[in-house]
Amino acid sequence: MNQFGHKDLLGLQELRPDEINLILDTAEPMKEVLGREIKKVPTLRGRVIVTLFYEASTRTRTSFELAAKYMGADTVSISVATSSVQKGESLGDTARTIEVMGADAIIIRHSATGAPHLLAKLLNARVINAGDGSHEHPTQALLDLFTIREKKGGIAGLKVAILGDVAHSRVARSNIWGLTKLGAEVRLVGPPTLIPPEIEQLGVSVFHDWRRGLKDVDVINVLRIQLERQQRGLFPSIREYTRLFGLDEDKLQAARPDVLVLHPGPVNRGVEISPGVQDGSHSAINEQVTNGVAVRMALLYLLLSGGEQSDLSA
Amino acid sequence: MEMQEKAQILDAEGIRRALTRIAHEILERSKGTRQLVLIGIRRRGVPLAQRIAGIIREIEGTSVPLGVLDITLYRDDLSKLAYNPVIRKTDVPFSLNDKKVILVDDVIFTGRTVRAALDALMDLGRPQLVQLAVLVDRGHRELPIRPDFVGKNVPTSHREVIAVQMLEIDGKDQVVIMEPGE
Repeated sequence: MNQFGHKDLLGLQELRPDEINLILDTAEPMKEVLGREIKKVPTLRGRVIVTLFYEASTRTRTSFELAAKYMGADTVSISVATSSVQKGESLGDTARTIEVMGADAIIIRHSATGAPHLLAKLLNARVINAGDGSHEHPTQALLDLFTIREKKGGIAGLKVAILGDVAHSRVARSNIWGLTKLGAEVRLVGPPTLIPPEIEQLGVSVFHDWRRGLKDVDVINVLRIQLERQQRGLFPSIREYTRLFGLDEDKLQAARPDVLVLHPGPVNRGVEISPGVQDGSHSAINEQVTNGVAVRMALLYLLLSGGEQSDLSA
Repeated sequence: MEMQEKAQILDAEGIRRALTRIAHEILERSKGTRQLVLIGIRRRGVPLAQRIAGIIREIEGTSVPLGVLDITLYRDDLSKLAYNPVIRKTDVPFSLNDKKVILVDDVIFTGRTVRAALDALMDLGRPQLVQLAVLVDRGHRELPIRPDFVGKNVPTSHREVIAVQMLEIDGKDQVVIMEPGE
């Protein structure tokens, strides 16, 4: 077994604080590689990494593919729209076929909670969860943690607000696990219809009034408002949501003067965050994208190097 | 198997003399410090490179740029190890193009670390030349690689281990040879 101690990355719920820190520590030298003129190391030469996405994605999929290529691995990406899934092939059969063709790792995004867990049990290949339903999106949370740690020098003791549609957000759930495990104080801020009941049991506090929720926080992680859900009547209008919970310069005043603003993207410009804040000096939204590649390189290294691979096939 | 100390090869004074000679040889061969840079291979190549740079500063009155190389990502045995080694940062905050690079490591053994270091260097730039300085050459090369500057040649058997200890890392300066206990 490698020091990381897991075959797969399914969620942050399963990880210990020292394992989360190992991923973040390993991402630092990876970021140095990203700063080079030639962004390529031979570490994972000969390994095959497949991205299998059942839901739309630009940044996560591209980020994983670049991370794999920078580490020297070969990548194949399977779009469900043009694959045998359209002919009715099951998730398990599709994944087993990919494994038989020689994939060492499968990166999966699926609308069903637990789809990556199912594959992890079925396959010898490593499985990485790139988002399952509204359950977890662990690599997004890891890059958020990495960015916070880089900007604030640490995580423990920070007050972190997660603002917006927590109920439908896998990013929020993974962030809650990661942040609380590393000792941050987590606040969820949003309208009652977008915050699940009883979520306080995860060790977070809930605020429906931004003035109290954002007061003196060190970090605000703004979630994307899922416009497709607006028809369900969870909030009266986009304009009203923006007025009450959209992060703008006024609301930013409640936080600490050195507050860090994050957003997992894609951004609805002017809806959950004002253009001034999005492009302003507190925002690290563009750096999050770079850090995402570094964190994913670290993860691929931890899961795919080491001798366990050959032991499995022996 | 527990390793026990067999003999001391160099003490603090011996290390200092060896590094002083290496610094003089580097300057003589490079005819001064023009275009010269030192790159220490993690971990114990780093304090050794710092000390050689310090001696060069005393002799010539000029500072040579100092870099740090972590070769983990370039190792050829990653798929054979049962665990994955911790990666640390490579820190070479200057261009290597057309430089005379002196790679510094504590011990040369099979030559595989140096092979990895050469690949890592070439990814960072195109030096004019690369030379290798080591504190101890213990033999048993598996690749056609040889050091240009050597502190001490120490014939060893395969089962022995050379332990270089540095004040900065181990709290003490010395080189000892270890062998498996009974």
